[in-house]
Amino acid sequence: MTAARVNIADHAAPGGPALAVRGLTRSFGAVRALRGVDFSLDSGEVLAVFGPNGAGKTTLLRIVAGLLRPEQGEVIVGAEPLARGDARHRRLIGMISHHSLLYDGLTARENLEFYGRLYGVGGTRAAALRALAAVGLEERATSLVATMSRGMIQRLAIARALLHEPEIVLLDEPFTGLDQQAAATLRGLLGRLRDDRRTVVLVTHNLDEGLELATHVAILVAGRFVECGPKRGDIASYRARYAQATSAGA
Amino acid sequence: MPSAFRVAWTIASKDLLLEFRSRTAFLSSLIFTALVLAIFNFARDPTAVSTVDIAPGILWITFSFAGLLGLNRAFALERENRALDGLLLAPASRTGLYLGKALANLVFVGTVEAIALPLFAIFFNMPLLPVLGPLVVVIALATIGFVAVGTLMSAMAVNTRFAELMLPVLMLPFLMPPITGAVQVTSKLFGGRPFSEVVAWLKLLTGYDIVFIVLCILVFEYTLDE
Amino acid sequence: MTPTQNAERALRRSAFFMGLGLLLVAAVYVRALRFTPLEATQGPAQKIFYLHVPSAWVAFLAFGLVGVCSALYLFLKDVRLDRAAASLAEVGVVFTTVVLVTGPIWAKPIWGAWWTWDARLTSTLFLWFIYFGYLVLRSAVQEPGRRARYSAVLGILGSLLVPFIHVSVLLFRTLHPKAVVLNPSGPTLPGSMLATLLFALAVFTVFFFSLVAHRYAQATLAEARDAAREEADDAR
Repeated sequence: MTAARVNIADHAAPGGPALAVRGLTRSFGAVRALRGVDFSLDSGEVLAVFGPNGAGKTTLLRIVAGLLRPEQGEVIVGAEPLARGDARHRRLIGMISHHSLLYDGLTARENLEFYGRLYGVGGTRAAALRALAAVGLEERATSLVATMSRGMIQRLAIARALLHEPEIVLLDEPFTGLDQQAAATLRGLLGRLRDDRRTVVLVTHNLDEGLELATHVAILVAGRFVECGPKRGDIASYRARYAQATSAGA
Repeated sequence: MPSAFRVAWTIASKDLLLEFRSRTAFLSSLIFTALVLAIFNFARDPTAVSTVDIAPGILWITFSFAGLLGLNRAFALERENRALDGLLLAPASRTGLYLGKALANLVFVGTVEAIALPLFAIFFNMPLLPVLGPLVVVIALATIGFVAVGTLMSAMAVNTRFAELMLPVLMLPFLMPPITGAVQVTSKLFGGRPFSEVVAWLKLLTGYDIVFIVLCILVFEYTLDE
Repeated sequence: MTPTQNAERALRRSAFFMGLGLLLVAAVYVRALRFTPLEATQGPAQKIFYLHVPSAWVAFLAFGLVGVCSALYLFLKDVRLDRAAASLAEVGVVFTTVVLVTGPIWAKPIWGAWWTWDARLTSTLFLWFIYFGYLVLRSAVQEPGRRARYSAVLGILGSLLVPFIHVSVLLFRTLHPKAVVLNPSGPTLPGSMLATLLFALAVFTVFFFSLVAHRYAQATLAEARDAAREEADDAR
């Protein structure tokens, strides 16, 4: 899919894409991680990006999050295109990665309060407690992260990412290493985000995860989308297309 | 969005809380300082070199080694669970991030110095109280410059191979002006020399602090991944 | 022409200039040893002056330029500036080493000591430490973008540190012979020696830039080959 060329006026119109990226490229030295990626999502849409290891999934997500600078192309968030590094851009985005981004030496609540202050969330303590309740960790508010199980830490990481109620949620291999309960929490959460009309981008190498919740699907191979669009067909047909794309690209 | 100073305060208090909880880095820096002071006492010929001549140098060598130990820890803390990504994802200013890290380092190094100073006075039998005021000013001037540069260097060193070795290699040349100045002023203070003799050194220390604080704030964002 | 061929041509061109520069350096020494009078008090030891002073000049020039390229890199993000800074630093470290070796050789017979902690000696020594650290840092960072940013930051800080070190030692004490060319009351060197020195300064500058250009061309070629290999991998 190639996003139609759009100008700022289109974006200002209600119903314009909530998140669009155009012509993203990025290299690390001689290694070209992304070679021109475009997509455009409205609020309430969930894009699942599937790709093998090294396809550029994490690079794509980090560029959208504002953690990496693209060589070419741009990321457009919300009604107006926000410059990378613009604090308002970062305020609209929440990211869940397979790293927890938490401090082991702080308690669950202290971690959330710390991030709440960085995001300028009003009523930080109440917001932290609400976020803990949303992932079923209110009992563990005063436990150090170092004493929590992996599943609990994952749920806390989810609470951390959603604390400031982002419009756009990015997930990098979120199901990796999750226990049953955390995976269930995450699936429930993805459904809730979709119902709340948030925009979600999920990257993973595993087709079994996320496809059922996705409204849009992309397959990323060697830095390019080999397909990208509204979900069509069932998991079996995606499995066949994915296998074909990855074997052709490898 | 929170202001740079609010971000700095949030990050510094988080770092200090973590440090207070674990205390490993702090206690080892402190023990290290005491050990260096004790060993340096024997690294001289007591019949040839009097303590007054060598003590200011020992004090500053000790402070800088202890400081280097503390700096290594500053960004290592953010590597655990990739917490640095969390800081960079937040709409918090990069200047605030730098200032917060520098502030926490300053408190860390300053606390070690505050405990080491009386120990130094006892070990080397130096009359601390008559010169305490001016001495604290010099220690503050030299430590601020050291921490300003050191915070920036540790942000880079932590992402290199041989991080623990890289920091001193990058950092020690930058210690030369503040240490030279601080040792000169310290020995003149203990020697009871007139204030006019140390003015030039205090100017140098102040100039160094201003230039490098401004510069480090300007270039800090380039030490972050992009 | 492919980037690789371009880079190969630039490498051959810089090698030619390097050879030319080397010939000119030889000419400097023929002139210095055969056609320039002996200095009255220092005797033959003074001849090292024609190697020491021009090396010191290009060493400080190199690191001034590293600072400039570093600052420009952070603004423009042009990889050529990073490559230039790296080449300048490498060649600069070599010339700094020459200064640090020739200085003591001269100082022993004239001052009676291999080393003194004089302002210019100390600044040069620390110049060497800073830029040796610069090269160590470059070798310790894998990702090219990060390496360029880190070394630019260190390059800027380092070039501002050198004046502070110089002032520190001036306040400490100093012993070095006064500047003989850029002196407020005019050059204090006799005409024939001055001519040889100015010739040496010009030649060293040319030779220095030919070396930098050569290192730069080597780096360009290595990157072009990497990129070509990556292209070939893609095409497969």
